[in-house]
Amino acid sequence: MADVTLDAKGLNCPLPILKARKALKDVPDAGVLEILATDPGAVADFEAFCRQTGNELLEHSEDDGVYRFLIKKAA
Amino acid sequence: MSAEEKSMSIIVTKGSLDWAYPPFILATTAAAMGLPVTMFFTFYGLPLLLKDLKLQVTAAGNPAMKMPMAGMHVGLPNLVTAIPGVDAMASVMMKNLIKKKGVASIEDLREAAVESEVRMIGCQMTMDLFEYDKKDMIDGIDIGGAATYIECATQADINLFI
Repeated sequence: MADVTLDAKGLNCPLPILKARKALKDVPDAGVLEILATDPGAVADFEAFCRQTGNELLEHSEDDGVYRFLIKKAA
Repeated sequence: MSAEEKSMSIIVTKGSLDWAYPPFILATTAAAMGLPVTMFFTFYGLPLLLKDLKLQVTAAGNPAMKMPMAGMHVGLPNLVTAIPGVDAMASVMMKNLIKKKGVASIEDLREAAVESEVRMIGCQMTMDLFEYDKKDMIDGIDIGGAATYIECATQADINLFI
């Protein structure tokens, strides 16, 4: 489903956000970026990132310590 | 991008390993969130622009510095930090801990700042004062004085002194 998947597991703040920003450049407009992270702070951070940049946080979930985010790139 | 674009400036006045993190993390994250960012490096912050970074940390006079060790948080007495080599060892241990926890190095954060077009200004006065050479600094930086910074600050929404 995702156009691009970013594995940010094991990375600590601010790397998940920085790498997501970079990865979004390769995502087509209205495309979806999937991010996997283990940093619990990433939950609030990605919500803030999306609010600030106008990209949409489609969903986020957690499974056994791994957080998964789906971000839709703003057109 | 957010309709009303805010901007940020940061004066960086300290250059130890621990103090290098707040300005670079804030600058790169703000840039990633669409804010134009300017960093002004002055006094002990200026060496953070050197090509060759040899950042150190010290526990001396730093009562809040308590590192995780054997399940506890442990500090170092000031007298011990005065022993030659102790600071260098603490710096190596800190860098190893940073790497182990998946935290970015200052080198990587600085590179990310340059890539995201954070404007980095070196203080001219500090360069003269401590006899630093521009050729020892990374490429792509501006050099300026206090007035240069003040102009940035009047235009920035968020101005931080670190």
